[in-house]
Amino acid sequence: MKHSREPTSRLLFAVSERFSDTSFSNPYSSSFNLFTSLSPKLCSVVHFVSKERSREMEKGTKRKVNNKKGKEEKLIVECDDESDAWWWLVHKGITASFLSIALFSLLVRVAVSLHPYSGAGSPPKYGDFEAQRHWMEITLNLPLKEWYRNSTVNDLRYWGLDYPPLTAYQSYVHGLFLRFFSPDSVALFTSRGHESYLGKLLMRWTVLSSDVLVFFPAVFYFVVVYYAGRNPSRSMSGIAWHMAIILLNPCLILIDHGHFQYNCISLGLTVGAIASLLSDKDLVACVLYSLALNHKQMSAYFAPAFFSHLLGKCLRRQYPFLQVLKLGLVVLGTFLIVWWPYVHSMEAFLGVLSRLAPFERGIFEDYVANFWCTTSVLVKWKRLFPTQTLKLLSFGATISSCLPSMIQQIWSPSKQGFLYGLLNSAFSFYLFSFQGRMGSKFVKALFVVVAWLRGTSQPNSEPQF
Amino acid sequence: MEAQTTPKLKKPPKPSKPITELWWFFAAAACVKLLLIPAYKSTDFEVHRHWLAITHSLPLSQWYFDETSPWTLDYPPFFAYFERLLSIFANLIDPQIVHLQKGLDYSSNTALYFQRISVIFSDLCLLHGIYRLTRKLDSTRQKLIWVLVVWSPMLVIVDHLHFQYNGFLLGILLISLSYLEEGRDVMGGLVFAVLLCFKHLFAVAAPVYFVYLLRHYCWKGFVRGFWRLFILGVIVVAVFAVAYGPFVYHGQMQQVIHRMFPFGRGLCHAYWAPNFWVFYIILDKVLAFLLGRLGFNIQAPAASFTGGIVGDLSPFAVLPQITPVTTFILVLLALSPCLIKAWRHPRPVRITRWVAYAYTCGFLFGWHVHEKAALHFVIPLAIVAVQSLDDSRHYFLLSTVSCYSLFPLLFEAQEYPIKVLLLLLHSMLMWLGFSAQFTKRISLELEKSEKKKDKEEGFVIGWVGWGYLVGILLVEISGQFLHPIIFGDKLPFIPLMLSSTYCALGTMYSFIWQLKWILDS
Repeated sequence: MKHSREPTSRLLFAVSERFSDTSFSNPYSSSFNLFTSLSPKLCSVVHFVSKERSREMEKGTKRKVNNKKGKEEKLIVECDDESDAWWWLVHKGITASFLSIALFSLLVRVAVSLHPYSGAGSPPKYGDFEAQRHWMEITLNLPLKEWYRNSTVNDLRYWGLDYPPLTAYQSYVHGLFLRFFSPDSVALFTSRGHESYLGKLLMRWTVLSSDVLVFFPAVFYFVVVYYAGRNPSRSMSGIAWHMAIILLNPCLILIDHGHFQYNCISLGLTVGAIASLLSDKDLVACVLYSLALNHKQMSAYFAPAFFSHLLGKCLRRQYPFLQVLKLGLVVLGTFLIVWWPYVHSMEAFLGVLSRLAPFERGIFEDYVANFWCTTSVLVKWKRLFPTQTLKLLSFGATISSCLPSMIQQIWSPSKQGFLYGLLNSAFSFYLFSFQGRMGSKFVKALFVVVAWLRGTSQPNSEPQF
Repeated sequence: MEAQTTPKLKKPPKPSKPITELWWFFAAAACVKLLLIPAYKSTDFEVHRHWLAITHSLPLSQWYFDETSPWTLDYPPFFAYFERLLSIFANLIDPQIVHLQKGLDYSSNTALYFQRISVIFSDLCLLHGIYRLTRKLDSTRQKLIWVLVVWSPMLVIVDHLHFQYNGFLLGILLISLSYLEEGRDVMGGLVFAVLLCFKHLFAVAAPVYFVYLLRHYCWKGFVRGFWRLFILGVIVVAVFAVAYGPFVYHGQMQQVIHRMFPFGRGLCHAYWAPNFWVFYIILDKVLAFLLGRLGFNIQAPAASFTGGIVGDLSPFAVLPQITPVTTFILVLLALSPCLIKAWRHPRPVRITRWVAYAYTCGFLFGWHVHEKAALHFVIPLAIVAVQSLDDSRHYFLLSTVSCYSLFPLLFEAQEYPIKVLLLLLHSMLMWLGFSAQFTKRISLELEKSEKKKDKEEGFVIGWVGWGYLVGILLVEISGQFLHPIIFGDKLPFIPLMLSSTYCALGTMYSFIWQLKWILDS
């Protein structure tokens, strides 16, 4: 950690200077996304409104200059930057605007959670809601070692636990919460397919609380770190839009609070890791990212970016090997703590591991917008190659597509480059990785990354999706 | 009403700037409201559905006689016509909604979505009213008022969760006020007469309208004055004739009035609205307790306040019985300073305050007041809240307290986070908006006098205000969390009593503040 703070802030400042003028030229994009996904019928109306608004915003500055109501008016306009309709919301600084945006996005989350989860009332397997509830039931009622093992009391074919141990621990804690208020909803065996007003409510509240406790603070940390060193009064509305884009991300809201999952935890940990990386706390970043990996395998989609950036950083320091060793030990230590109950015997360890990587499925499932699925219209991948070859093929494609940004990061690590690297590796995994089911759910993580970059990149390099 | 408002909204007088901004505000609110469709709805949902069925299935002559369901039609005729209009579309979407017998307690998705969306649509009337009132203001004030009215958490709770059409009715009130503020008295009076034929509870402000219109519009010499009075009278009578004419024709006026004013209800609603009578009841209980201790023989009251609708029996142990006439006289007495002011200086700028004050009086001293009636003065007061620092401080307290007093409407666990978040978000936005508005002005003044000091004034609530607001938090915590731990299921009315007493303090303060403002002006 020999990097002093000075160069970092200078770098960030340089980045901000470069991009601040062009950032958020289209501030309603997030809200627009939200509306699009929430109510398709309103979409056209909102789109119209937002178009109109953008035209007016362009005019806005000119109009203000022409305003001839006297010097006083001009003064106000200058000091408040009134061309932005939302200045009153952000004039109190980052914390106040974050609070109001967070309250609104929480309201949207609660409102979405009123609706049914996917698989509601459709036996025998229900949906992800039942999977999560079943994990709570299992972790609460069985000893730790039995969680991943098929037995008479733990039928792995019925939503067996196939996420890393941190998810299991989280299920246990949430299970305690559920048992306190509604013991029926997590009773062993009898609670299968449990659906009740209170049960649904409590489950919804566990996601909401995870969001508030993990994702929101992480985003706040990220925004504070990312905009450190800038003059906050000048770029405040840009910062506010950035926060809104991240917090109101429709994919995340719909998947976590509508469909029912806990992506907010793993994503929150990843965001925290990114933020601590940006503030040069590499060890904290390693711990947080390892935790994210241990909550959901899909966090590995970001691994190339983290790996290459950290490696590149270490190589530029005085004792590169020692630095790498330090980070490696921290990562290993975190993993060891999380996996502690399963590292006593090789058998238990492999048992858990085999649960986490189910390779039996095909290269893609239906309704996935990845490369293999799209090109299968022209090339029948499934017929041309055996599964083994396809695995190798997809592995090669994934690695080679994220290789450029990795090499660039090892060569000359930079913060902006790291963010682009995140996007690049997420995209390449999403497009080319084996077994697209995960990819389809991973879209939302992608959106989060895209949102970050959108906040910083020129509008003409806006990713298309 | 919607048919009239929409085309007007589409061609604003100025370049399209403010109206599109307003549409944007409305769209954001509408999206949240759409998301809230599956949330809790009260029996008012079935009430309005049944009214759709009555007006659609029965001939007009039987509307006020129908007794298929306990939810008989008890709004004035224009509202019945409005329901008739809605029922045409309801019938197209799902005929069962408007079926008199089969539709009873019908709440399928079609009914739910149709009725919820009809409320969102009828809010266009509110949008039009707020647009008319704010189109001449500067951009910051405009946006602040929009935040206060279009994003009002009270309207969301009452209209879009509990289920009513208050946004629509308040929109008519705001349209009327906007005409009066522009000096177009005849139109203002006409729209107010229309409003009275939609919901008679708005009649509390009728004395203010009468005095104001008499002095501001009619008081122009003898002949001209009487001519104007005649015109105004003809217009009002014409509106009422359109509304009640068909019922007069059928000879049903007595029945209509009987339905609209159901006597035999108690002084207070089952859940006490935070008004003056809360203190009266508490005083009675305390006196009864003290006198009982001192050895007097106190008869237990024949009726209880917590048991729902109260009949003719006296619920008071010590203090004198309150009759509707008493409350009527008290409301008029409370109104009188405002009426005198309106008589002496009828100025269009003040009319919104006077009308809001009138509804405050009606809320505080009225007979069988619902807590929802707080909307009648909180929404109009939003228009004046941005005028000065004192106004904004007062409004901040009043709006927070009134919104909190609506909490018991949503008593199910599922809506608990929603109402809390709505209140917090509203307070947060008010705080940000008001401090932006008033810090700006002060920095401007400093700029003028070329002092580079930091602003010391600005939007500050003060210790008493903050203490009171923190008290709300304590009341909520004690009622929601401590009460179940200490008492379990016993004494369920204590948290309600506590919160309405506490909120009554806030509304009393608001009443005194408004009264003082009117006397000082």
